[in-house]
Amino acid sequence: MFDTMLSRPQSLFDQLESLQRLLTRAGAGEGLPGSIRSVAFGAFPEINVGRTPNSVEVFAFAPGIDASSLDVTIERNVLKVSGTRSPAIPKGDNKVQLYANERPQGRFSRAVSLPDDVDATKVEAKYRDGILRVSIALSAAAQPQRISVQ
Amino acid sequence: MAERNELTTAGSSPDFSERPTSPAVDIFEDASGITLLADMPGVAKDRLDVKLDGDTLSVEGRVELDGLKDMRALWAEVHVPRFRRTFALSRELDASRIEANLKDGVLTLRIPKQAHAQPRRIEVKSA
Repeated sequence: MFDTMLSRPQSLFDQLESLQRLLTRAGAGEGLPGSIRSVAFGAFPEINVGRTPNSVEVFAFAPGIDASSLDVTIERNVLKVSGTRSPAIPKGDNKVQLYANERPQGRFSRAVSLPDDVDATKVEAKYRDGILRVSIALSAAAQPQRISVQ
Repeated sequence: MAERNELTTAGSSPDFSERPTSPAVDIFEDASGITLLADMPGVAKDRLDVKLDGDTLSVEGRVELDGLKDMRALWAEVHVPRFRRTFALSRELDASRIEANLKDGVLTLRIPKQAHAQPRRIEVKSA
């Protein structure tokens, strides 16, 4: 029995997209320096890092995780995020037919190096809509200051 | 630098990468229907769109992050803040009874089979 929902091959655009993603990855984010801790395409969770005038913001795209199982540590300016994602597909039931299994599961761990000017004692972490956001304040000396003119 | 204040535009990607990202999915079938799970981190309920057009089911979502205005990207692995993927349903599925649930960035769709398409045991009579 064929099921069109499931047997339909990926469209050409999907394939182009994954190829393009690989190429982008090979360029390691053109214009941005590659990190020594960067990993191959498909790592879980994906991470974006941004900088505001007062803080460094790390976004880990980690959907479907129990926030209490997330472990966030900072040691010597390396932020580490680890946790476990439980599998969604029922195991050991031979009446269940599996068609796609693309979502990563099990234990994961990723690390990113932070800029030198952060204050690792002022950290806040929030998990919302599947994104873990860690805000690390910049050290006082690195924050913009207004200098009054005499 | 002006173009880089949005976190997700880092890396000066070429135009065709503005195509939405295809979310990773798990799809499995049991006796009464099909379950589809899609990873859409950062998509809140009001930014999610599940549509059915004929037998084409499309799932679309927009990632919302706040406080990006003053932000400059240092590193970005997620470039396009949109998800989209379409699926063709087959006729034995009952599209009118699809249930959708979004939790922690994971969309779960339950697509039941038509009552007549559910498996039944055919009794073999002996003559």
